[in-house]
Amino acid sequence: MDYEVVIGLEVHVELKTESKLFCSCPNCFVPEPNVNTCPVCLGFPGTLPRLNREAVKLALTASLALNCRIALRSWFDRKNYFYPDIPKGYQISQFYEPIGSRGSLTIEDDLGRPKVIRIGRVHMEEDAGKLIHSPTGDASLVDYNRAGVPLVEIVTEPDLRTPGDARRYLEKLKIILQYAGVSDCKMEEGSLRCDANISLRPSGSETLGSKTELKNMNSFKAVEKSLEHEIKRQRAILKSGKEVISQTLRWEEESQKTIVMRGKLQAHDYRCFADCDLAPIELTAEEVEEARAALPEMAEARAERFVHDYKLPDYDALMLTSSRGLADYFESCLEFYNNPKNVSNWIMGELSARLNSAGIEIESCSFGPEHMAELLRMIDENLISGKIAKDVLEKAFYSGKMPRRIVEEDGLLQISDQSELEGIIEKVIKENPDSVGNYRRGKTKAIGFLVGQVMKETRGKANPKLVNELLVKKIGFK
Amino acid sequence: MSDDFIREVEHVARLARLSLSSEEKELMADQLSAILETARKVREIDTVGIEPTAHVFSIPAFLREDVIYPSLPVEKVLQNAPKKMKSYFRVPSITVIEEE
Repeated sequence: MDYEVVIGLEVHVELKTESKLFCSCPNCFVPEPNVNTCPVCLGFPGTLPRLNREAVKLALTASLALNCRIALRSWFDRKNYFYPDIPKGYQISQFYEPIGSRGSLTIEDDLGRPKVIRIGRVHMEEDAGKLIHSPTGDASLVDYNRAGVPLVEIVTEPDLRTPGDARRYLEKLKIILQYAGVSDCKMEEGSLRCDANISLRPSGSETLGSKTELKNMNSFKAVEKSLEHEIKRQRAILKSGKEVISQTLRWEEESQKTIVMRGKLQAHDYRCFADCDLAPIELTAEEVEEARAALPEMAEARAERFVHDYKLPDYDALMLTSSRGLADYFESCLEFYNNPKNVSNWIMGELSARLNSAGIEIESCSFGPEHMAELLRMIDENLISGKIAKDVLEKAFYSGKMPRRIVEEDGLLQISDQSELEGIIEKVIKENPDSVGNYRRGKTKAIGFLVGQVMKETRGKANPKLVNELLVKKIGFK
Repeated sequence: MSDDFIREVEHVARLARLSLSSEEKELMADQLSAILETARKVREIDTVGIEPTAHVFSIPAFLREDVIYPSLPVEKVLQNAPKKMKSYFRVPSITVIEEE
């Protein structure tokens, strides 16, 4: 019998606020435990939560960016459970009336066809603290710095059918939320976390099979891998005539395996009820429309505009809009230097290579748009060759110095002075009689080698176009 | 007291991580049953057409501006902690991870 795979994802995203959801402690990562805490986020008796306006705004923005219906009246509930990561004995979450519901996000399926993934809900909640378990198993250490950090949880309907679907959904979701300015969405830093629900059912069946929940995937790749692993595991269980047990599994990156965490609490065991310390959130239709109008331009629209306005090839536009940071960088460059294709080439080529090898994001790169513009202008003005420009970029990338200063300090100015070049050209001709002969016999490609030799002699500083002209003049047929 | 109700108490106690003696279970079962009886009485009231109320005041949420104020000094944070280690709270371990 063949089985159909059914996957739903729950994604938690940290909102980019200054302070926590219900208190004024900083919302930022610090290594020292419990320094970003106060009586409110520690759940001390007698304290009261005060809702962060910006968090509501970002949750509204996220909901709108995901095409959700907005609840003009929503509220917070208490989700009760006893575990030391939550100091109050309950997590404040939106259970009964989430701010956003019935949204959608369109991805491409495995065959590249568009596929709509329904989003069931987008709700606000506070993050839990972090537990460190001692290896001997007799104690756990608790750090509440993260407790009370504002999150939105984004829950899909069970519309994903393959691990590839899941990965592409996450990639798209990340781009949308980054563009909307809602979150950094850095999975490796935990500002985006993903749990997956997965079950198998006989092909053609309408009822869902019993599902397992996968946790602890720390990259999109890990989500895909763990789902592939879990599909194999469940298929083997079903084929042998047994039943899949509903439970939570933890993905172990090192062994590429899943491990059972705990019997899943039944939903009603959380005994959710409205939090009487927090009044309902009321939005007006005008506020919602204002937020909708204020949504930033999303990746697809921006890519289309790049093609249309800057005459970029589709490929360039797609690459440059793959993150908001990259697209912003590109457009900032154009404010200083108006040759879109040239800028695009240098961003996608040399700069991306540097960013990758250094492992840093464009937002924190010290080679800014002004640097890029100055570098490209120097090439246009024949002050440096493209090859030298690459070296200058590398130096500027690490030092933050302006390219012109690097060129001046290191004496890299291009030699465009004919008399200075002629001596070197004579020398190269003398040393390479074979190539000269080849050229004269009609092998015009030999000129490339000779130009290369001159460039080598000048350590890349000669103007290659001029060298080419001079060489042809010297050795060509009179 | 019915066994069903004792089981209910045991279930809630497990969720609350409480370990109760059998006398305590009996006592809790009595008390819980009285509380639920009161709740049942409230349910007798005809509430058709009445909006559910979770709050006494019908005013929308007060929204705080997104501004940081200093957190509590970490010595004060840990001042009442029964157990600590460096500046962590130290709690009994309650994870059970079984290999499958």
